[in-house]
Amino acid sequence: MIATGEQTQKERHPLARKRIIVLVTSGSLLIIAAVLSLMIGPVSFSMQEIWNGIFIANDTMERRIVWELRFPRVLVGMIVGISLAVAGAILQGVMRNPLADPGIIGVSSGAGLAATVIMIIYPAYIMFLPLAAFLGALATAVVIYALSWRGGASPLRIILVGVAINAVIGACMSALMLLYSDRVQAVLPWLAGGIAGVGWVQFEMIIYYAIAAFVLAIFSVKHIRILRLGDEVAKLLGHHVERSRFFLIVLSTLLAGMAVSVSGLIGFVGLVVPHIMRSIVGGDYRFLLPASALGGGLLVVVADTIARTVFNPIELPVGILLSFLGGPFFLYLIQKRRDSFADN
Amino acid sequence: MLITEELTYRHSDSFELTSIDLHIKQGEIVSLLGPNGSGKSTFLRLISRLITPGSGEVLLNGERLNRMKSQEVARNLAMLPQMQDHQLDVTVGELVEFGRHPHRSGYGKLSREDQEIIDWAIGVTKLEKYKNRMLQSLSGGERQRAWIAMAIAQRPKVLLLDEPTTYLDISHQLEVMELVTQLNETYGMTVIMVLHDINQAASYSDRLIVLKDGSVRFDGIPQCVLCKEMFHSIFEIDAEIFMNNGKYFFTPSTLEKGECYEG
Repeated sequence: MIATGEQTQKERHPLARKRIIVLVTSGSLLIIAAVLSLMIGPVSFSMQEIWNGIFIANDTMERRIVWELRFPRVLVGMIVGISLAVAGAILQGVMRNPLADPGIIGVSSGAGLAATVIMIIYPAYIMFLPLAAFLGALATAVVIYALSWRGGASPLRIILVGVAINAVIGACMSALMLLYSDRVQAVLPWLAGGIAGVGWVQFEMIIYYAIAAFVLAIFSVKHIRILRLGDEVAKLLGHHVERSRFFLIVLSTLLAGMAVSVSGLIGFVGLVVPHIMRSIVGGDYRFLLPASALGGGLLVVVADTIARTVFNPIELPVGILLSFLGGPFFLYLIQKRRDSFADN
Repeated sequence: MLITEELTYRHSDSFELTSIDLHIKQGEIVSLLGPNGSGKSTFLRLISRLITPGSGEVLLNGERLNRMKSQEVARNLAMLPQMQDHQLDVTVGELVEFGRHPHRSGYGKLSREDQEIIDWAIGVTKLEKYKNRMLQSLSGGERQRAWIAMAIAQRPKVLLLDEPTTYLDISHQLEVMELVTQLNETYGMTVIMVLHDINQAASYSDRLIVLKDGSVRFDGIPQCVLCKEMFHSIFEIDAEIFMNNGKYFFTPSTLEKGECYEG
């Protein structure tokens, strides 16, 4: 799988070139996608008009569309994409399982349930939505962790408990929607997952969470790298395995809850992006985490641009588009790299 | 160096380690022998703190092991668990770097000293050529040496090895045993290991400890432990003991109980 050959004189990591190429390419593509996303739409703009729209505060049409509508949407899309991909990558590292994802172990649905309760039953408290989503995600994570605990919480048990919890939450959600079927209409677009109509309000709502979480994610790299050696080896190196694992789970919960609070249930980003990146840059989180972050941001920005322009005048929720493309793509990956699942 | 006092560990009704009192001296190479399920690995896991004893104490340099900080333990005591077979995609150099983990507290770069110790560990295990190779591209013997390199990069005073030669072919087995001897003689590391090959244990160890059913049955230099009575009572076989160049070894003759089937 890795071309090492006999040229061992070279003091370089066998994946060094690929890593640099991937990081530079996805970073550049992210910027290009963001600019394109500002340009394209029912009304198209030139680069010059976008520049003016962002930096000159006046009352022109480009100011209103670029600054008030598209720019915050692109930024929120990026943050959501980065958060979901990083949350997925962290969970996969902690669980040493490529199928771990906030969506699969039920953390996202915990956030979703809490948010739905607010929207359907207590719509007056809508401003607490992000907090509720985060608390919902955290509560779910704690319940999963507690139920998996037998003098230590093994990754496999966490995933199995998570899948069960996910099913229970799904049932609660369905029951809630049936009981309040008259109010479901308001929740549906959110459940499908999308960032249509988000603006500076939503951006300001999550940006501080995002900065804190991204900084913590940088510190998480060291912990994930140690945990990937296996629990025993990590313990033998004097590492506090359970403490690290708990910190990492809370961090990915924070990231996932934050994403859910503004964009609803967008699936597959956390699963597919780290998976693709891992197959190129390898499993070293010093590279995998930033590559996943850039890739996640890129995927959501591109998908959202497509979802709002291609089906014009209808806006497709980006979550539907991503699930529609992500599901089959993931099946394709499983077919292609069957061996990589057997290893874990 | 390392003392266990009435160390007891109960796993289930059928298995327990009872009241192990041992004194391992500094600079000794000790091999633990015994049939499957006799408690050898469990004993190693107890003194490496991977599991907690039901009662009793482990003292490392006079200090109680369970009172020590995890990093402190890892700076004094390194263990190579049984052959790791998961596909870890790290290079040999990166793996050995992890051995410095217990000596580092922050998130920054490796210190000059860390780097020197990593190079030393890679040098001792003769892995210079493989430093930038991925672990999973190496042969079993090379991989085992890489894990040993990681363990000794911890600069431990005591090195614990759990069946370090299992699954290796004979030349790689000897390579590992020679490496262990070198680490012991040149760097004064105390070595405690679980071995399956009794002859290997006898020729490379200063002391053999034989366990059965969770308690110590024989303990002494190879010359004393390798005797007909030991094979009879522990492994239930008859054995012939030979001596050559000052080393003792055995060959089994017949199974004590039961019949032998052909084919």
